[in-house]
Amino acid sequence: MRADSKWKPTAVVAAAVAGLVGGLGQAVAADQYQYLGLPSYRVGAYAAGGSGVFGGWIDYMQLINERDGGVNGVKLVWEECETEYNNARGVECYERFKAKGNTFFSALSTGITYSVLERVAQDKIPLVSIGYGRSDAADGRVFPWVFPLVTHYWSQASAMINFIGQKLGGMDKLQGKKIALLYHDSAYGKEPHEVLDRLAKKWGFTVEKIAVAHPGNEQQSQWLQIRQSRPDFVILWGWGVMNPTALSTAKRTGYPIDKIIGVWWAGAEEDVVPVGDAAKGYIAAGFNAAGEDFPVIQEIKKHVYAKGKGNLDPKRVGSVYYNRGVVHGIIYVEAVRLAQEHFKKKGQPVTGEELRWALEHIKFDPARLKALGAEGFLPEMQTSCMDHEGAGVVKFQQWDGKKWQMITDWIVPDRVLVRQLVEESAAKYAAEKGITPRDCSKES
Amino acid sequence: MLYREAGQFKTSYQADMQIFPIRQDRIGMAVLLLLAFVAIPLLASDYWFQAILIPALIFSLAAIGLNILTGYAGQLSLGAAGFMAVGAFATYNFMLRIDGIPFLVAMVLGGICAALVGILFGLPSLRIKGFYLAVATLAAQFFILWVLVKFPWFSNYSSSGVITAQQVTILGWSVDTPVEKYLLTLAVVALLALAAKNLARTHTGRAWMAVRDMDVAAEVIGIPLMKTKLQAFAISSFYCGVAGALYAYTYLGTVEPEAFNLDLSFKILFMIIIGGVGTVLGSFFGAIFITLLPIFLNQIFHALFGNALPPALASNVELMIFGALIIFFLIVEPHGLARLWQIGKEKLRLWPFPH
Repeated sequence: MRADSKWKPTAVVAAAVAGLVGGLGQAVAADQYQYLGLPSYRVGAYAAGGSGVFGGWIDYMQLINERDGGVNGVKLVWEECETEYNNARGVECYERFKAKGNTFFSALSTGITYSVLERVAQDKIPLVSIGYGRSDAADGRVFPWVFPLVTHYWSQASAMINFIGQKLGGMDKLQGKKIALLYHDSAYGKEPHEVLDRLAKKWGFTVEKIAVAHPGNEQQSQWLQIRQSRPDFVILWGWGVMNPTALSTAKRTGYPIDKIIGVWWAGAEEDVVPVGDAAKGYIAAGFNAAGEDFPVIQEIKKHVYAKGKGNLDPKRVGSVYYNRGVVHGIIYVEAVRLAQEHFKKKGQPVTGEELRWALEHIKFDPARLKALGAEGFLPEMQTSCMDHEGAGVVKFQQWDGKKWQMITDWIVPDRVLVRQLVEESAAKYAAEKGITPRDCSKES
Repeated sequence: MLYREAGQFKTSYQADMQIFPIRQDRIGMAVLLLLAFVAIPLLASDYWFQAILIPALIFSLAAIGLNILTGYAGQLSLGAAGFMAVGAFATYNFMLRIDGIPFLVAMVLGGICAALVGILFGLPSLRIKGFYLAVATLAAQFFILWVLVKFPWFSNYSSSGVITAQQVTILGWSVDTPVEKYLLTLAVVALLALAAKNLARTHTGRAWMAVRDMDVAAEVIGIPLMKTKLQAFAISSFYCGVAGALYAYTYLGTVEPEAFNLDLSFKILFMIIIGGVGTVLGSFFGAIFITLLPIFLNQIFHALFGNALPPALASNVELMIFGALIIFFLIVEPHGLARLWQIGKEKLRLWPFPH
């Protein structure tokens, strides 16, 4: 007893010291940084996409720094590294960032994503590909470190068919219809083949696959073929210069423009503006909304561009690619926040492993999206150990000659079929590489 | 002063014919190899292995391959990346379909597959020359990639057409860490570079050069054109194929056919033009120049300006400087960096008393 009472004052002093240190710790926390390496591309053939997305992403992080003083007081810092959309350069950037303690990697290039896929597990850096990359990585049991977030190609293909069904007035109306797939003749363009084949069998329509050789600036023969076979719809699975060429050739051959449905890499201002009036009525998919009428974009204008700290020409704010970059920013910041909160590291930088956990526990419900100022800007989503995709839904937008107008709500793909395909493909990968899938019931 | 060959006499034919006739070169080469095999693995970081050294070595090997065909045998080719793709995909399929096949065997078989494809696309070279041949090999570039994407068998029915390298094990030594991958790459490249150097000095190499310099004259002095040209195509493609296999197995791990596109073919061609057409050394110089200089410029810009410059401007300026340097070196020495090196060496032999 005596001993206890003797120690009491000491304990009080210790507590006071701890409090003081804690207070100091918080004061110091204002100078904590969360580092992010951005493998951007601002030169070369794909600079329009690269500068838009990375510019939007940076602006969002700037907003968090300017408005909120960082994430729980941790300032976001970033560094760019030019990849030129080139795999070897991307790998160099990845390694350069890794040496500096990078905790999150997203390259906006399927090639670079594949190039570092084998490295991320060992290096403990989550690899995020939003709207591109390896679809079967949605199976988080086999790919713990890879996150094809929001939605991937197979979900998109299925959502497109559902959209067409909806347009026709019911999925049963697809019976006997003919859908042409005009695709970029590369691994990217081959992505939807299997999904479409399975859906065709299920709903009784036929798919006519027509390849366009890279880069796709000459499509006369393909559109003649389309004119002869008269498909009910054309899915445009294009990229870069192939998209405007397809639209103008369609116009020349007299195919109705509103029967062409583009993927989300064929649905930016850059794809339709060069075509002029001929593109009016063209429909394309998207997993983020375009336009400036969202609180989050307004906030960026107010806190970032009004202060002259914007990353891009202010005219590009609100464009499809720019907003896609803001989606990247929202997800990254949300993951940092979640990791800080879950691992009790508020006010401290988090590691790649902690971010990986957070990416598996992202939850954007309507309330959260509203708080972020992003209602309708990106879909509601929830990731888990099993599901690294989170949402899988797609919106469709129509070009009215001046801007993209949303014409649908979020359209849900055939989840059962897509998931089955994902699991089959992931299981094959696991077998090839000798990976034992994680048991998700044991994950916290 | 140091680089003097006074007192070095060649007393046998063998001494006269060795690759490095000057003692200082032999010592220099031994030091270089010692550095590469012992010092670098002890000192360098993962970044150096995975981002700088391994790709530089692999592209050097591909450049040697193209140099055999274009530099030594004079057959202009734009298909180097296509043959790399054959090597990578063939190695993958051998590893996949033959249980327990050693990696090195699969790699050599992959190289042989590339050689066979090379022979096939070399056939037009018997009738057409120069730029026309370049266009014919361009067909190889597109055709190979098309086949690899078109027939899913090659990528084991992977939905996105990519292949994933299997575990590499050589006699119980599993190659996992960057250092091990570097050593494997270095060993293969060093061995094949030595072979190429020797090949160029033999009857075969001289036949190639004769064909390059004037094929009619070569035929007149009894060099079989068909055999010589196809041989050059085969050996060149073999080198490219092995480089492709290394690209997949020691560098990236997961490869899509698109990685071996025309851009890469052009890049390899630029490597040999910058480095020196018709030299093995030049292949190394060119590969290092083309792959590392942009990275170096990017690093310098980051170190100098940090975030002060708008990133788009910085990226464009880097590209401009890179282009300007290429033009500068081509004007200073149209025969490539290897020729510059040779001139430097000759000057050094006379230094400090040039007469």
